[in-house]
Amino acid sequence: MTDQAATTTLGKPQRSLWGDVLRQFLKHKGGVAGLVIFSFILFAVLFGPYIHTIDPQYLDIRNKNLGPTWKHPMGTDNLGRDGLAQVLSGGRVSLAVGIAAMALSLLLGTLIGILAGFFRKLDGPLMRTTDLFLALPILPLLLVIILLFRDTLRSAFGPEMGIFLLIVFVIGITSWMNTARIVRGEVLAVKEREFVLAARSIGTGSTKTILRHIFPNVLSPVMVSATLGIATAIITESALSFLGLGFPSDFPTWGRLLYDGANFMTLNPARVIWPGLAISLTVLSVNYIGDGIRDALDPRIRGR
Amino acid sequence: MRKLKTLIMATAAASTFATVALAERGSDGNLNVAYWQAVSILNPYLSGGTKDIEASSLILDPLANYRPDGSMEPALATEIPTIENGGVSEDLTSITWKLRDDVVWSDGTPFTAADVVFSANYCLDPEGGCNAASNFADVESVEALDDHTVKINFSVAKPFPYGPFVGATAPVIQEAQFKECMGAKAPECTEANFGPIGTGPFVVDEFRANDVVTYKANENYRDPAQPAFATVTLKGGGDSAATTRSVLETGEFDYAWNVQVEPEVLDQMMAAGKGEIISAFGTSVERLMVQLTNPDPSLGDKRATVEGGPHPFLSDINVRKALSMAIDRDILVEVGYGPNGQVTCNVLPAPEIYASTANDACKTQDVEGAKALLDEAGWLPGPDGVREKDGVRLSILYQTSTNSVRQGTQALIKQMWQEIGVETELRNIDAGVFFGGDQSSPDTFQKFFADIEMYTNNFDGTDPEAYMGNWVCSEIPSPKNQWIGNNMPRFCSEEYDALSAEMGQTASIEKRSALAKKMNDMLMQEYVIIPLIHRGRVSAASNTLGNVVLNPWDSELAFAEEWTRVE
Repeated sequence: MTDQAATTTLGKPQRSLWGDVLRQFLKHKGGVAGLVIFSFILFAVLFGPYIHTIDPQYLDIRNKNLGPTWKHPMGTDNLGRDGLAQVLSGGRVSLAVGIAAMALSLLLGTLIGILAGFFRKLDGPLMRTTDLFLALPILPLLLVIILLFRDTLRSAFGPEMGIFLLIVFVIGITSWMNTARIVRGEVLAVKEREFVLAARSIGTGSTKTILRHIFPNVLSPVMVSATLGIATAIITESALSFLGLGFPSDFPTWGRLLYDGANFMTLNPARVIWPGLAISLTVLSVNYIGDGIRDALDPRIRGR
Repeated sequence: MRKLKTLIMATAAASTFATVALAERGSDGNLNVAYWQAVSILNPYLSGGTKDIEASSLILDPLANYRPDGSMEPALATEIPTIENGGVSEDLTSITWKLRDDVVWSDGTPFTAADVVFSANYCLDPEGGCNAASNFADVESVEALDDHTVKINFSVAKPFPYGPFVGATAPVIQEAQFKECMGAKAPECTEANFGPIGTGPFVVDEFRANDVVTYKANENYRDPAQPAFATVTLKGGGDSAATTRSVLETGEFDYAWNVQVEPEVLDQMMAAGKGEIISAFGTSVERLMVQLTNPDPSLGDKRATVEGGPHPFLSDINVRKALSMAIDRDILVEVGYGPNGQVTCNVLPAPEIYASTANDACKTQDVEGAKALLDEAGWLPGPDGVREKDGVRLSILYQTSTNSVRQGTQALIKQMWQEIGVETELRNIDAGVFFGGDQSSPDTFQKFFADIEMYTNNFDGTDPEAYMGNWVCSEIPSPKNQWIGNNMPRFCSEEYDALSAEMGQTASIEKRSALAKKMNDMLMQEYVIIPLIHRGRVSAASNTLGNVVLNPWDSELAFAEEWTRVE
């Protein structure tokens, strides 16, 4: 394999690692399709409200339960709110929550997983902490957290930003455990491999070893967790809103739109189809992007 | 499901032949009832939940029940005591019930006056938390004159002496079963609380708390021809839309309790033609409670108490009045309730003789009037359109329980208030927490850590005295009384308290009605309670169920022994 790689690089100009990764990623059809769709969704929720300028919270009772029309391409709900405007503005919140919560849980999970896997002394305490978090009943925990911090955050950041920070924090803090366990297992395996032994034998320090040799090799499971994490975060947010612990009820998010629309499913299918489609497409496209990145980052697949 | 149904029908058919000897009792097979709040206990004295009270009303009987038309019908008594028949004393301080002598408990032992006396003592025990305490208010003693006569003595004159043992909240329990369960030990008697022995039409077969109750017909029921159903399955859980659908659309259930579904969804379910909606207007009013004390979190323990000081802007009556004027109640009814709601301007909308007409101006929305009122009072629009005065912004935190109809109403009202320059933040809280009364939660409706809250309340029976007594000064919830009390707005007026006390000593029905109206008008004209919708009690019943009439004055299952299967 090394020979082959050496011969192919000979006749061509110098190639960087990230160039290779990009080239490999572009070969992954699913990944590219995912990227296109995800970019489209991101673009739509960011700039869509400037084109479709109806206020998502405006109630127009005379035009309730409409099917698709030119003015309301996704129809209206039972209070006359415009479907498209709600999906667009709900997407901003859902994506922001999903990405931010995923980033937080990933950071925590990877950090704890690597530390636990690499340093034998930390393994016991960190993994028992992980078990502790896994054993915590989530709902009472959420109730307590929200009870303690809601009013403080609300006065400091306003109702919407305060709840946003709280939800991101709550989802992040309660969903890092699986990542940590997977990463730890992977680190335990990688740490015993020859190249790590070689690195240590020439006197590489722990930090360097982790960053240079261990981390790139556990990137694949981290990526998979990340993509799944976004999906979980979007769904958890909607569940929280449903319980009344999330955003105010007139503040659209995809999850809330889906829940609110469920009763009207037979009357006005558009109410569940659009937010449902948005969630599914986002989750699916992010999954494919993750898959593509994983393959592109894997030196054993790359260049084949 | 279809197989199961066939099986059930086959069983029903089989049991028809098997029980010929017993006349009509149990001839109609199984009755499936769906409650979207699951039953957690079958002792109504230990639970405030309507679902628990109604589930136990199949097993336990009071001395008299309220009929769907509001009249009283004797159950374990032979007649309703009145002054005319000598059952109620002339000075209104005692009532004497004559009991039926042919009633036996479901275990076969005779029912006597001792059981009635015991039930009263059970609830009056100072160490036990009895939920029906308001039914037993001012009861001094209960004595058995003989085996089938009971006399209840009150400490004051009681113009309406039908609190104890009338209606499903205060039934008679068996002394033999509960005698070890007095006072503090009451909640520990799990076996008795989960399977009380009763005189009602059914007995508990199996009870899984917070899930399903199965009943079978009481072989010793006082009417040999009743109940028509041999067994009852009462399934709890899910949500209102799901249970309603199971009756109207899929036909899996025969009866679904408390329908709270948007009218257009309901119409669609009804189009399936498997069942119908039954409704009756009782006393339920969906209302906004206005916080008169300051709910600012920085006040700590004094938050939302009288000691914490008045509310920064809702203590101004002009603001409260403007909030009420800005609401278009017709739209709220149209969107959320349809035929099952009516616009109301009274917190006491029924019975007819107690309903005031002095406040009907609220039925029409008056946005311009509301704006003018606020302008006049010095609340002027700020740069962002929200009115303010002396640095205080009209920004409201508006809370209610989680339910799609309520969230719709919230969104509509928010928009109406926005038009007059009032900013609103919405909050919805899980019904279990909001109505749960948990001392440690800040989100209960008694603590009311918000500016406005919305919910429905009503009263049992037809007499509004206890209900109107909810807004006297001593009913204000605060840390001192463990946040127990019904005066959510923290309204306190000597004049109101005097009227309430006067009503407690007035016997004449005309004078009582005048007093009740006056109290209602006082609350309305102070705008401390903003009534929105007079709600019907709505349930769904299958077309194959006969003799079902919705009972808004008592348990909906109070007359389930009369229900039959029709084809």
